[in-house]
Amino acid sequence: MRIRFDKLGVAITLIAAYGTLGSGFAVLKPNRIVQGQVKSILECFPAWAGAALIVLMLLTVFVALFRTPPWLKLGAAASALATLAVAIGLAADFLTPAGNSYARVSPASGFWILLFAFALLAADAITRLKPAPWMRVLFLFIAAAGIALIFLSGIWSGLSIMKEYAGRADVFWAEAGKHVMLALGSLVAATVVGLPLGVLCHRVAPLRASVLNILNLIQTIPSIALFGILIAPLAWIAATVPGAAAIGIRGIGVAPAFVALFLYSLLPIVANTVVGLAGVPREANEAARGTGMTDMQRLFQIEFPLALPVILTGIRIVLVQNIGLATIAALIGGGGFGVFVFQGIGQTAMDLVLLGAVPTVALAFAAAVLLDALIQANSRISNGAGSA
Amino acid sequence: MIEIEGITKRYDDTTVVDGVSMVIEPRTVTVVVGTSGSGKTTLMRMINRLVEPTFGTIRIDGEDNRSMPAHELRRRIGYAIQGHGLFPHRTVAQNIATVPGLLGWGKSRTAAKVEELLALFQLDPATFADRYPHELSGGQQQRVGVARALAAEPNILLMDEPFGALDPIIRAKAQDDLLAIQKHFNTTIVLVTHDMNEAFHLANKIAVMDKGSVLQYGPPAELVRAPANTFVETLIGETERPFRLLSTGTACAAAEPGEAEGEPIREDLSQQEVLAELLWSGRRAAPVVSAGGAPMGRVTLEALVKRASRLQ
Ligand SMILES: Nc1ncnc2c1ncn2[C@@H]1O[C@H](COP(=O)(O)OP(=O)(O)OP(=O)(O)O)[C@@H](O)[C@H]1O
Ligand SMILES: [Mg+2]
Repeated sequence: MRIRFDKLGVAITLIAAYGTLGSGFAVLKPNRIVQGQVKSILECFPAWAGAALIVLMLLTVFVALFRTPPWLKLGAAASALATLAVAIGLAADFLTPAGNSYARVSPASGFWILLFAFALLAADAITRLKPAPWMRVLFLFIAAAGIALIFLSGIWSGLSIMKEYAGRADVFWAEAGKHVMLALGSLVAATVVGLPLGVLCHRVAPLRASVLNILNLIQTIPSIALFGILIAPLAWIAATVPGAAAIGIRGIGVAPAFVALFLYSLLPIVANTVVGLAGVPREANEAARGTGMTDMQRLFQIEFPLALPVILTGIRIVLVQNIGLATIAALIGGGGFGVFVFQGIGQTAMDLVLLGAVPTVALAFAAAVLLDALIQANSRISNGAGSA
Repeated sequence: MIEIEGITKRYDDTTVVDGVSMVIEPRTVTVVVGTSGSGKTTLMRMINRLVEPTFGTIRIDGEDNRSMPAHELRRRIGYAIQGHGLFPHRTVAQNIATVPGLLGWGKSRTAAKVEELLALFQLDPATFADRYPHELSGGQQQRVGVARALAAEPNILLMDEPFGALDPIIRAKAQDDLLAIQKHFNTTIVLVTHDMNEAFHLANKIAVMDKGSVLQYGPPAELVRAPANTFVETLIGETERPFRLLSTGTACAAAEPGEAEGEPIREDLSQQEVLAELLWSGRRAAPVVSAGGAPMGRVTLEALVKRASRLQ
């Protein structure tokens, strides 16, 4: 019998091989700013542990390389990822000279490459398993719980990024809250405004082109420029409208960041609402009118449910986009994870940059998974739309 | 009663329905036939105001159909849309329950009605109630569409090619059921079809449409005996004429006093069916009985031959 290779598995094997052999696993720096020394996997652990880690990587690659059942692939990927996560913490403890509180250990490119390779394997396995929506959410929950467990256990406390965190834990969670508030708040506001606007555009054809063009135009303004544009009017509102300043409206800070995110969110929501409503089968609409539904009943009982998957796709785009964009808010004093990113750039402390960037990416990823599950759950219900 | 008076519908410059006037008697079945694109659907939709006429008025039981909000009018008129128009995100039961839901019927009354209609259309409630439309065959979808139109027991039922996707056996059953429902609820039915057999089987009156106009409107026998023009004649089919005539009458109407041999024939069979039976069994006459089995005389081949002739 011929041995059958998995195409993606070959790619994963090459990536993982490069991550293990071609680049270092961790970087040891004398302090948080200067360049460091790259250490290979074997240098990061006691000899036996390093060898064991390499063997485990080999086993995982083996599972990836051949046509093995998706469940096996997922299990292998998950255990490899968990091992990597723990290993980097152990490497930090091993590499840091005893009693030296200036030395910093952070993951090197090899670690990230391995992480990427096995994340790819996991993602591929999950795709092949075709999990039900709730199953996807369960996977996400398990992953989040695993990360939280490692985080709380202190295994990572030797890592540079965690040392940056330890010094500003309070600020970190405050900024996290602001970040989520900015991203979610602007999404909610944009949904509240965008949905009715989308319905209006759908029903009043002449309005459609002009509204979508204006929103398109807003989308093309670079975020920094939009902040700049907003400073003057918001400052003016704060100065002239009684009570505006009291609720936090100012030329800089949270208000312009919120408004900018809100404006950027409108286009995907309005456009997807219009597209979703236009995609409702004509017969369904006519039958709805024929059975004596009022326009409102038709909107809520027929059009919205059938357009929901498309509208949710718009909301997904906005949420992921906003979680990323909210980072920029720090530039004008709006807070969020961007605070650490820009401080880190200012101090050339890459680990501080990571402290802002890693949670942002994780948050965006989790949001994408959750909304994908929601979209999937909804399109299952209305997937007769195509065959109607 | 539906009074259609000088109804015209124009889209831009094309006239789709052109000055149609006709009166549809209450508790009758009116069948609209005609070529594709002749305006049948458009005419029908002006009755429940899915399409607003350019000129003319339609009165229902003497009242202009614009005298009440369109959605209230439509809840009182059952409409089985061409195709089926089921809501893809709702189950069969939820689809059928649409109008009762809009009218605020209680749960148990609605559920009972849904079950009754599913059974009537030979869709086992246990199997079909919770299915989604895309899990049904075309014929099943169509039956659910008709069931939805019937759910609130409307006085008027508009049906646009409701049986197009059904196989001959279920179609014949559906037609008979429809007539039974019509008798039971005294419904006024307007039905569009391309099937002339169906038209003659169901209709009290047939309207023939071409290019937006009604060419002829009258009882089926009148269309056969005195077609208004060659279009109507062609539509009915020259070689079909004697059989169409027979299909409009019942055995009871052709019965005469007397005796006959062999298997009796039920009085409600059409004369066309009686003729077929006599020819097939090689008899010259057959006894006629009522539904209850009481003898009602006999039908003879000669009588049928006479009735099939234009001279009659
Ligand atoms: N909304 C509309 N705008 C423009 N033209 C229309 C519209 N609706 C229907 N028509 C035109 O009106 C004519 C009659 O359409 P209608 O649907 O009434 O035909 P029909 O007799 O029901 O045909 P079929 O037997 O194919 O269902 C067609 O030529 C059609 O193209
Ligand atoms: Mg039609």
